[in-house]
Amino acid sequence: MLAGLTGGALVAAAVFMTLGAKGQWDFILAFRGTKLIGMALVAYAVATSTVLFQTITQNRILTPSVMGFDALYAAIQTAVVFFLGAHQLSIFDPRLRFIVEALIMSGLSLLLFRWLFLGRHRGLHLVVLAGIVFGVFFRSLSLMMQRLLDPNAFIVLQDQLFASFNTIDQELLLVSGVIVVATSILSRRLLARLDVLALGRDVAINLGVDYRRVVMLLFAMIAILVSVSTALVGPVTFFGLLVANLAYQALGTDRHRYTLPAATLIAIIALVGGQTIFERVFGFDTALSIIIEFTGGIAFMLLLYRDLKR
Amino acid sequence: MIEIAGVSKTYEDETVLDDVSLVLPESGITAIVGPNGAGKSTLLSIIARLITPSAGAVRVDGLDVQKTKSDVLAKRLAILRQVNHVGMRLTVEELVTFGRFPHCGSRPTAEDERHVREAIAYLGLEALSGRFLDELSGGQRQRAFVAMVLAQDTNYVLLDEPLNSLDMKHAAAMMKLLRRAADTFGKSIVVVVHDINFASIYADRIVAMRDGRVVLEGTSDTFMREAVLRDIYDTHIDVREVDGHRLGLHYL
Repeated sequence: MLAGLTGGALVAAAVFMTLGAKGQWDFILAFRGTKLIGMALVAYAVATSTVLFQTITQNRILTPSVMGFDALYAAIQTAVVFFLGAHQLSIFDPRLRFIVEALIMSGLSLLLFRWLFLGRHRGLHLVVLAGIVFGVFFRSLSLMMQRLLDPNAFIVLQDQLFASFNTIDQELLLVSGVIVVATSILSRRLLARLDVLALGRDVAINLGVDYRRVVMLLFAMIAILVSVSTALVGPVTFFGLLVANLAYQALGTDRHRYTLPAATLIAIIALVGGQTIFERVFGFDTALSIIIEFTGGIAFMLLLYRDLKR
Repeated sequence: MIEIAGVSKTYEDETVLDDVSLVLPESGITAIVGPNGAGKSTLLSIIARLITPSAGAVRVDGLDVQKTKSDVLAKRLAILRQVNHVGMRLTVEELVTFGRFPHCGSRPTAEDERHVREAIAYLGLEALSGRFLDELSGGQRQRAFVAMVLAQDTNYVLLDEPLNSLDMKHAAAMMKLLRRAADTFGKSIVVVVHDINFASIYADRIVAMRDGRVVLEGTSDTFMREAVLRDIYDTHIDVREVDGHRLGLHYL
């Protein structure tokens, strides 16, 4: 199954790189190559963060965006433009800005997590619930600041916040690449414990997993991965849900050794394939995020329906 | 030896456990009995580090469960709680193999596989070992979880109402099995049971709880008395001796 998915991802990549190519190959390869790497990184970040989040929460229809991770990102962006001005946003070194934002995001989510997990009313559901409330809070906060912005600054900001695979920042690619490699090494080390974690808190503790530490580590990883994907292309909500569930269905096993790579490969196929269709069939007329959210929304409803029937 | 020293647990202003001190031996079956809400499950969860006590400490073989690394404890002590819901799609064999995680991580050796096979056979699940958990009945699933905990091969095994959703045949078989595990492997098994007759027949020691306190530590002889049972359960239970066992007729 994994081999098939790898093949599919390679085919999608090859088609994306070569279809309708006219003119200088060195330009095309460099131009499309950047996009391709960007999409692969996003695919990895979205798929991994969603699978990890679903493992922690033991829930198949939640994604990190429920916790308000991407709302927090948008709020940070908006706050920067609001308080420092659009000019600052554009002259700031994007790599530095990205790292600072990722740090703030992981820091805040860890804070939220520690506060809720170590407090008297410990519990994962409370964390998620609080995340939802914070998500709404951050969304309203950014909305309010956006209303108060002058139109020019707002356009700069909007450009930052819309999911787009056409304007991937080259410099961010390197930083994101390093982060992705680091997190994947970490997740490899956690791989065995992830399976145990999926059995639930009590069983995991009984089997000797340091639950609090591992879950905290995973929350940090999720925050970083969401920053990566959101920084590169903007928020993609349903996409993770879609690929994670497709991976579970396709594999028939829930072992993370298989589900993590499978979800990433499916994400690559969907993103690269979708972008190819979007560029070659629709001629850039629509936005990839619209296609993704549309199919993602339908898939979400189908999943709900199936669960209801059971 | 499990030493429970002055353990209390309070939520808001409700006291669930009130200064419980108890020593559980290194082998044999200890039954914890008592009415609903007596704090039996909470006590078990605190011993197994699933809940942090508000006061007091628990030591297993001298190791403080709150301070010792979780993976060290997982080789000495195993717990099965009342409600076990697994979101993951697993076969019985996969679930039982997870019991070996503290010993081998995710790479079971031949030795680990032997433990898994034995645990599955011990609970008579051979025919079901390839089935998925969500395809099993409640009682079968319960036995699969017990098999997992036994595969963990710890000296101390804590079971919170292991007889839940088992029929008469399997409930008696489960208690016989625990008796055998205690006798042949010298394990210390702590079970929360509701049926006082199972406690009377199979347990070496009976710990009775009420309102978050231990009200009696003893054996079938000291526990299975009409006056004692009335104090603990607030209801009259006739006690008769049948074939050398003291049985409470709580159906009447």
